[in-house]
Amino acid sequence: MTKEKIRETILRALGQIAPEADLAQIKPNLRFRDQLDIDSMDMLNFIIAIHKELKIEIPEADYPKLLTLDDCMEYLASRKGPEAK
Amino acid sequence: MAQFVMPQLGADMSAGKLLRWRKKVGDRVKRGDIIADVETDKADIEVEVFNAGVIDKILVQPGERVPVGTPLAIISEEGEAEKASVSPEALAGPPPAAPPAPVLPPVIPLRTVRLHISPAARKLATDHGIDPAAITGSGPGGRITLEDVQRAVQAKAAQPAPEAEVDRQTRMRQAIAAAMARSKREIPHYYLSTTIDMNRAMAWIAQANLKRSVEERLVYGVLLLKAVALALRETPELNSVWSDGKAIPSADVHVGVAISLRGGGLVAPALHHTDRQSLDELMKNFRDLVQRARAGSLRSSELGDPTITVTSLGEQGVETVFGIIYPPQVALVGFGKLVERPWSFEGQIVSRPVITATLSADHRVSDGHRGGLFLAAIERKLQAPDTL
Repeated sequence: MTKEKIRETILRALGQIAPEADLAQIKPNLRFRDQLDIDSMDMLNFIIAIHKELKIEIPEADYPKLLTLDDCMEYLASRKGPEAK
Repeated sequence: MAQFVMPQLGADMSAGKLLRWRKKVGDRVKRGDIIADVETDKADIEVEVFNAGVIDKILVQPGERVPVGTPLAIISEEGEAEKASVSPEALAGPPPAAPPAPVLPPVIPLRTVRLHISPAARKLATDHGIDPAAITGSGPGGRITLEDVQRAVQAKAAQPAPEAEVDRQTRMRQAIAAAMARSKREIPHYYLSTTIDMNRAMAWIAQANLKRSVEERLVYGVLLLKAVALALRETPELNSVWSDGKAIPSADVHVGVAISLRGGGLVAPALHHTDRQSLDELMKNFRDLVQRARAGSLRSSELGDPTITVTSLGEQGVETVFGIIYPPQVALVGFGKLVERPWSFEGQIVSRPVITATLSADHRVSDGHRGGLFLAAIERKLQAPDTL
């Protein structure tokens, strides 16, 4: 899966939980919850959306790796990207 | 024949705007069908119907804003007798003239001095949604007389209704202000607080989640909700609604969950039959409820009938929250942030995850003793998470 596809997937999942957010303005290294006014239940719904779209299990211990766009890209690339096993 | 009326979706709603009909004349409906979308000050709501039948006539067109209780459509009943949502009185007469929750001016003046006002004058003011504190008294010693209130009522009637172009944020603040001012005016609150050891609950959740996929994992919030719901069985008077000067215990436990909305404001829709749902069902429904609340697609039954509210402000980092009761409910439970704290256990000081639970309750209905038993029951249930 290309990085661009992963990025699209992440943004689509964010769009589901925060429909009014301007996703073009997302700062890649800032936590979602600090720029989108979302809480832990939104984060959970976000992770579930990623899980459904990419069909990967995400252990609870990995949740902290999904807090920013950069972190998400890195984590999901390692699980689904071209270099993933 | 039944009238389908503009429902009251919470104490802070006095009117609603019909956005669209989902059904048309001649359509067959059954109990629970979504029949229309209604805009309130807080959200767009999917309104369900409580009668089975056929839509006979549509009385209110999309775009019209009408008071709570106004007939929107006529449904001719047929087949098995469903539980009617419309009382005989509602069928017989016109909609109630005075909405149950008068919308007050957005700013409620803070007065510390006691108002000099007669009960009759106070009642007249309240009936017309006028804050007595905003009236200048002309009687002896500044006493507010019936005539003063009548003048204020006339002055209010002369003003154009503050309709339309007020944005949703402003209207939401006004609606919350009206409901909360009414609560603080009418309900003699008392407050209790206790700190609960969450060690067992958190360990149990971590263990349970190991076996679960992403979608099935639990959050500790659902344990709190279930513990509250089960504890209510031991103190059912806290699970009541206040109506016509007395508390009416509710047969069902519908815990309303306070959900903050992005951009400000909050709603507190119900998780129906909270005490009878498994933790898995609760988790699924809780997640769905939060998502729909924030997306603005709640259903009328969820807003109309919570029997108690739970607010959890832990996200914002506060340890204790003392809430204001949402009328006509008679109790509200608050949970703060889950924190690690020194805790004495079997003679040792250990570090434990703890949470502060609070109760705001209506002193007309219960006393501190019963409220204390209720909080103790919540604590006890959280020590046995596998029984939740």
